[in-house]
Amino acid sequence: MVRFPGSNCETETLTAVTASGGEAFALDHRSDNLQGARAVIIQGGFSYGDYLRSGAIARLAPVMDPIRVHAKQGGVVIGICNGFQVLCEAGLLPGALLHNHENRFVARPIDIRIERNTTACTSEFEIGEVVRIPMAHGEGRYVADTDTLDRLETEHLVVLRYVAAGGSDLPHNPNGSERDIAGICNREGNVVGFMPHPERHADRRLGPAPGSRFFDSLIAGLSHPAVA
Amino acid sequence: MKYRVDIRVVPRAGLLDPQGKAIESALLALEFGGIGAVHVGRAITLELEADSEQSAESEARRMCERLLANPVTEDFSVKVSA
Repeated sequence: MVRFPGSNCETETLTAVTASGGEAFALDHRSDNLQGARAVIIQGGFSYGDYLRSGAIARLAPVMDPIRVHAKQGGVVIGICNGFQVLCEAGLLPGALLHNHENRFVARPIDIRIERNTTACTSEFEIGEVVRIPMAHGEGRYVADTDTLDRLETEHLVVLRYVAAGGSDLPHNPNGSERDIAGICNREGNVVGFMPHPERHADRRLGPAPGSRFFDSLIAGLSHPAVA
Repeated sequence: MKYRVDIRVVPRAGLLDPQGKAIESALLALEFGGIGAVHVGRAITLELEADSEQSAESEARRMCERLLANPVTEDFSVKVSA
């Protein structure tokens, strides 16, 4: 878990990884190497206070150089919430995250559909499955130019999408993201970024915890190195 | 020579600007009328050592391209003065 000044989700993320059978540690933003990590999670928070733009300064931290190399070599890099913002600012994923369309920080459970299960953290899902996990962000509106948005669809780079599920009169798209995009990946599926927080619903002692399946997928993928 | 650089970063035209909308509503609530197209951006000022006004400007533009503005969602303008 990459710890920037202002990151705040390391503990839950570390717990979720451990509960799924992995071994996790916090990686300081000043580190110039991954210290043996096989996967990198850039987890949630307010790195550098969201100064300038969310993730804009974090992407310049020394640790981002080895992360970039790791991603290029097919290594697993997952960005959760602020981490997704960092990955977009770093150019490791296309597009950008802007202020939610209603200018409100939205913190509630959200229904998302799994659109691709050949990524570093969605292999345990069936395509089309809808899961409900929490979101909590003020700048989660995903935007990109039309060509990029079309390419994301045709190349199957959309991983998670906000959907309407029965029984709720809340808007299915909580932040105005284009094409209801909640998360995307690169072509190979080793770099994944999404706004919802699976680590906040990953404790199986409380019942079905769909967030845990993202971490199960992550660990399963690291145990069997080929990501389809 | 030391130059003063004034940089303005604004949301790209056509992109929804909820901060601008919120401010527009607030201004209307304060009974200012005839208002539209409110947009919120960022003003960044800095001092820059450079050989000429042109090289200060091109250095500042590079700063915008690399950090100060998000190329996907923002436009910027640079003004240099001695």
